[in-house]
Amino acid sequence: MSKNIRIKKGKNIKLVGSPDQSTSDARFSEYHIIKPTDFIGLIPKMELKEGAHVKAGTTLFHDKLNDKIKFVSPVSGVLEEIQRGAKRKIIGVKVKADKEISYESTSGLDVNSLSREQLIEAMMSAGLWPLIRKRPFSTVADPFEMPRDIYVPCFDTAPLAPSMSYLVKGNEKAFQAGLDVLTKLTNGKVYLGVQAGDGTFNAFSGIEKLTVSGPHPAGNVGVQIHHHKPINQGESIWYTYVQEVLTIGKYAIAGQYDASRVIVLAGAGVDKPRYFNTLQGATVSALTNGELKDGNYRIISGNVLTGTKVYPDDAIGFYDSQISVIPEGDNLKFFLTQGWLSPGFGKFSMSRAYPSFLTPNKTYNLDTNLNGESRGFVMTGEMEKVFPFDIYPMFLIKAIMAGDIEKMEQLGIYEVDAEDFALPEVVCTSKINIQEVVKQGLEDLRIELM
Amino acid sequence: MKFLENIVKKIKPNFEEGGKFNKYLSLYDTLETFLFTPDHTTKSGSHIRDAIDLKRTMMMVIIALTPCLLFGIWNVGHFHYLANGMEADMMTKFLFGAGRVLPMIIVSYAVGLGVEMIFAFKLKHGLHEGYLVSGILIPLIMPPDIPLWILAVAVAFAVLIGKEIFGGTGMNILNIALLARAFVFFAYPTKIAGEIWISDLGEKTVDGLTGATALGDLASTVGRGIDTPQVQAVMTKFGDGLYSMSNSFYGVIPGSIGETSAVAILIGAAILLITGIASWRVMVSFFVGGFAMSSIFNAAGLNAFMTLPPLHQLMLGGFMFGMVFMATDPVTSAQTNKGKWIYGFLAGFFGIMFRVFNPAYPEGIMLSILFMNIMAPTIDHYVVQGNISKRLKRLKTV
Repeated sequence: MSKNIRIKKGKNIKLVGSPDQSTSDARFSEYHIIKPTDFIGLIPKMELKEGAHVKAGTTLFHDKLNDKIKFVSPVSGVLEEIQRGAKRKIIGVKVKADKEISYESTSGLDVNSLSREQLIEAMMSAGLWPLIRKRPFSTVADPFEMPRDIYVPCFDTAPLAPSMSYLVKGNEKAFQAGLDVLTKLTNGKVYLGVQAGDGTFNAFSGIEKLTVSGPHPAGNVGVQIHHHKPINQGESIWYTYVQEVLTIGKYAIAGQYDASRVIVLAGAGVDKPRYFNTLQGATVSALTNGELKDGNYRIISGNVLTGTKVYPDDAIGFYDSQISVIPEGDNLKFFLTQGWLSPGFGKFSMSRAYPSFLTPNKTYNLDTNLNGESRGFVMTGEMEKVFPFDIYPMFLIKAIMAGDIEKMEQLGIYEVDAEDFALPEVVCTSKINIQEVVKQGLEDLRIELM
Repeated sequence: MKFLENIVKKIKPNFEEGGKFNKYLSLYDTLETFLFTPDHTTKSGSHIRDAIDLKRTMMMVIIALTPCLLFGIWNVGHFHYLANGMEADMMTKFLFGAGRVLPMIIVSYAVGLGVEMIFAFKLKHGLHEGYLVSGILIPLIMPPDIPLWILAVAVAFAVLIGKEIFGGTGMNILNIALLARAFVFFAYPTKIAGEIWISDLGEKTVDGLTGATALGDLASTVGRGIDTPQVQAVMTKFGDGLYSMSNSFYGVIPGSIGETSAVAILIGAAILLITGIASWRVMVSFFVGGFAMSSIFNAAGLNAFMTLPPLHQLMLGGFMFGMVFMATDPVTSAQTNKGKWIYGFLAGFFGIMFRVFNPAYPEGIMLSILFMNIMAPTIDHYVVQGNISKRLKRLKTV
């Protein structure tokens, strides 16, 4: 049985440099870095010292609040450096990779014979647990909790995003095995959020399909949950993405932590935008070296709406499956020719004050300029057009700014994540960094509830 | 424009921290960001941003106001020559009007931006754009002969008390332009009501041109029987006379500078609606509210004022101007879409009600919009509360 969800509000922003559906092997990444900062609220506790030899699947560190949640090395090699930031906070664990990977091996996961508790135990010690996250808060799932349901969004509507069905093709067996593991973890159901018209996911069993159509953010897990069964205060939903399911599935079958990732390298700054095979924690340069055009570009791990600015030596984000390269916009724009009073052909805007509304399917080459200055809220109603939730975004944002926790709860903060506010942030006339505000609100609330 | 960019970049260090003109940074910043959309890039969150900013938004409103301004300038001249019984061509009328209106605009901007600049200096930021629109709105809702010093005081009051003490652009509760007008209205009532609406009115040579507005004339009928000669004299002006439907629609009637021409206002409305700057919900519901109230009055027909046909009623006074340029101010109107419907409807509804019921204030739109500005947060509160209770109910049913 499948349920149809139609998202009406939102916007697909089309950027130049969309990827071809072809995959190359990325360069060998000399280092792999697992960054504890990729996991919201995690306080890492190292299990190994610098210089230790590790295999793929060897625990590097665990969660200080639950020492059974392990974070493992994606490759075999030597633990070269524990990178620390302010107040000696661990910000990265750097492993120098062997040429040939050797794995920690177990017998895999036999879903039928293991109880739920045993399965969770096995997944935690295998390092699979961080692959599953929860809403609200988008932290690593809490193994003591029973989630209402588990959601797996099977398409990504963000600009230049990889095609999930392309990633699953050829890996159907592992995907099914991963789904079988997930089904065991909840009393509720496992829902696949599938793009309308995509037949790739018809073959899988034990799950329910949600057929979703509409513009971005239709692919966001929060949007799918909200339009299917909204999260209530006190409830917990788990979610994970296609590549994470594949890792879980491969482990279930073979008993090895296979950290393979297919990462899209795309955007205006890329010569030949396409997919690359690499491993979790690989450095950005493994993909970008020799692939970028000359010029002043920003490299982003993740998509242009929610990703993180990175440099070639940084690692690709733990949960990211794309690298976007777009021009930096750090130049002055004369007001009549390119700036605020120009005719503005070729400028992207959701507001009809620019002519772009006449060409809704145009592909844009957008840079990182703020296109204005920061102001107090003036315009109203613009966020609502790209925010497909039954929530008043402006009121929620103001409640967060005021630090009014009770109001945040009443206005539905549990149903959203910062990524859902990416488009409202894009269209905001007053150039307010809304995602930062929402992140702060969720963080305050999370700490309040701890 | 490379040479301008080079100049800007060259002189910038002087204004930055440690430079010798550091205290004039706000002034420099204002000029630089006017000439160039700055080189600020995204630091957190979305890496790409919409091309829209507050400067362009405000400029769209100013463009939308231009037809009203141009027509208003002509209209001031037109009535001056008409009332004094002189022949004049279009250009002469326009020049006379410009001689009245431009000094008002200059004073309005000078005082308003001056006050804002003081706060910008104090808070060390560039000038915010809010006053760009208010600065032109305020002259447009004043009579042509308002003394410039009164205008200056009103502007200073509105910007200071109405906006800056609340925190500046985006933080005000009341519409700044209407607040300036309300200030004049209560502080200097003789300058903004009565027979002052024709510029430089000398000997009355043309019959019926008293210098009052249509609504002022109508207000004088209240309390008199419909059949009395004074009332009949007024009402004939509305048939095919000075205040006929077509004159009211095209705007060839005395009144505040920018408010008279429904045609010019509708051109502005079209610009605001196409660009999506103003809320169509507020405009539509405001019109419906006003139409509903005037239809009710028309049906009741208790006095001469009420017998005016509903559409004609709406073409007079500040109704159309208020609907398009005042009620739609995003900062002071309701912020939720549902709230906007309620807000607009009540503002239009009360506007006509105040106008007809209270002859002491011949025009009620200003007061009704200001009143609804105050009520808007309450309306939003109940709309948002509805959303909250829906969420609570869902929680209970699980």
